[in-house]
Amino acid sequence: MEPIKQHSGLVYPLDRSNVDTDQIIPKQFLKRIERQGFGQFLFYNWRFNEDGTLREDFSLNDPKYDGASVLVGGENFGCGSSREHAPWAIQDYGFKVVIAPSFADIFYNNCFKNGILPIQLPKPVVDQLMEKATKEKYEVKVDLEKQIIDDGDLEVSFDIQSYHKEMLLNGWDEIAVTLTYEDKIDQYEKQNKGVKTLGIS
Amino acid sequence: MSHPKTIVEKIWDQHVVHEEEGKPNLLYIDLHLIHEVTSPQAFEGLRMAGRKVRRPDRTYATMDHNVPTIHRNVIKDEVSKKQMETLKANCEEFGVRLADINHPDQGIVHVIGPELGLTQPGKTIVCGDSHTSTHGAFGALAFGIGTSEVEHVLATQSLWQAPPKTLQVNVDGVLGTGVTAKDLILAIIGKYGVRFGTGHVIEYTGEAVRNLSMEERMTVCNMSIEAGARAGLISPDATTIDYMRGKRYVPEGEAFDEAAEQWLALASDEGAEYDQTLTIHADEIEPQVTWGTNPSQCVPVGGRVPDPESVEDDRDGIERAIEYMGLEANQSIESIPVEHVFIGSCTNSRLSDLRKAAEIVRGGRVHEGVRALVVPGSKSVKDAAEAEGLDTIFLTAGFEWRDAGCSMCLAMNDDIVPPGERCASTSNRNFEGRQGNGARTHLVSPEMAAAAALEGHFVDVRKYASTVGG
Repeated sequence: MEPIKQHSGLVYPLDRSNVDTDQIIPKQFLKRIERQGFGQFLFYNWRFNEDGTLREDFSLNDPKYDGASVLVGGENFGCGSSREHAPWAIQDYGFKVVIAPSFADIFYNNCFKNGILPIQLPKPVVDQLMEKATKEKYEVKVDLEKQIIDDGDLEVSFDIQSYHKEMLLNGWDEIAVTLTYEDKIDQYEKQNKGVKTLGIS
Repeated sequence: MSHPKTIVEKIWDQHVVHEEEGKPNLLYIDLHLIHEVTSPQAFEGLRMAGRKVRRPDRTYATMDHNVPTIHRNVIKDEVSKKQMETLKANCEEFGVRLADINHPDQGIVHVIGPELGLTQPGKTIVCGDSHTSTHGAFGALAFGIGTSEVEHVLATQSLWQAPPKTLQVNVDGVLGTGVTAKDLILAIIGKYGVRFGTGHVIEYTGEAVRNLSMEERMTVCNMSIEAGARAGLISPDATTIDYMRGKRYVPEGEAFDEAAEQWLALASDEGAEYDQTLTIHADEIEPQVTWGTNPSQCVPVGGRVPDPESVEDDRDGIERAIEYMGLEANQSIESIPVEHVFIGSCTNSRLSDLRKAAEIVRGGRVHEGVRALVVPGSKSVKDAAEAEGLDTIFLTAGFEWRDAGCSMCLAMNDDIVPPGERCASTSNRNFEGRQGNGARTHLVSPEMAAAAALEGHFVDVRKYASTVGG
């Protein structure tokens, strides 16, 4: 996984609450067996008409957001299905940071496995960012090490669990990390702690 | 004596493999369920890193999301076909047991787990599917995970997890005649919204919950994720134990009695503390219908579509939902015509769901212009339903009777609602485009779906009072 320490980029505001993963990546694109190439299908039903032309009523199609890499969303961003195709699509499209007042748990977790930094901020602060990015071409600098978002005018700090922070800063392969605890897992299985659960063999 | 504990604390404590400062706990996973859509990239990851499946004996796979429910072996979509072939090849290569499309145990992953007795109280259960919360009905800690976590569990049989907060949803009183488990969970989400459970595990308690059958409990726990909670569960009791007895992967004889004793001991202790408690009165709940594009946007069947002008919160969202759904503010729910009816999904496709729908349908006729589908949750549900003649009731009335799969809940196969058309569905999500691009979904109970199929629009199922039981 690509580490992420600092990131500067153009902000795209998506002022909707409860953006579910069915909207982020509709089901017809979940049949692929690869991890790559989902960016072209991001927000597919909102971005495209049935004949495949761009919908003018969806803001991401506005050329002023071309090259945006910081997505600012509404409450409960990423709710619904556990499909990791959602962060894959967001990342493949070019987004590195997603900011929202609240995230759905599974989506939030999935971001860290893919080098995307999800940042939860109080709603009034998100509203402020949303407003700025709607009005003009708006860039922010995100510093994960210092846990700060800076637009040259406004400086906001954010919280993140230290485990998640380390994962992103180092770009760790989590499985490789866990395998260093293999003896503990062996030991747990030997002790057969807890309710006796039969295997299925 | 130690302090009184919730079932979540008990299961958690029994599964911590390792804990250290500044890290989540490393949690042991007892059962890992797999399906074709969220696993191919995980197996590929193992292959690239030269890793194995640590415990194939704790891993079980089936095909459900993509499978055709008619002409079973004619998979026209090459990409779907490849995804299913990939699952088969992966299971062979890594030694994972698979109930494939023609296997007698095939079905929706959240229907077959309990049916086979793979799902057991006290287990930690994961699957690359958000509706894994279903298994919580048994007093298991069950939650959906992403594909990277699927790979992680395959390789290590564990996950890094921070202990969740607990939320008690206490449902006192008794549900009225014609009011189902589906109405109960929709009413809860309707009242508290789609994110009140975020960061929490919900435990459903109270008289109305105790009175539910195991299949009804699964319906309730299934939709915990629609409230934002990754998991929802119910403490095991005599109903749980009765269901478990005789299931294939459950011990027999003395071993069963011993297991049952341990299972019952998992129930939350008297006086256990929750981070939050909400109370709902069952006798106030009526049959529900969703009018919008998330499951909290629901009202009693006698109600009306809201008027955005009269709400403060999320007015834009409500306006957009009404427009997408092709409805009008203040329109009565009973005036909404339906063109499709879908009885199925991991929420409502079990034998008791089909029985209740069949009771409404018996002797009736699907309304002209309505296409109605019954899709049993598993091959075994289908066989059992046919053995008691439910298929004949549905077919005689003009329903289609299909093979098991996720089907029109998410329309990954050919069971699609066309753009702009409307479906009364017993599934769990009414998101935009869920049942097909531009499709309009109304979530209801199996009884309400059956009644809508006969009448061509929503009706209060309680008018079928003689058949909905008391």
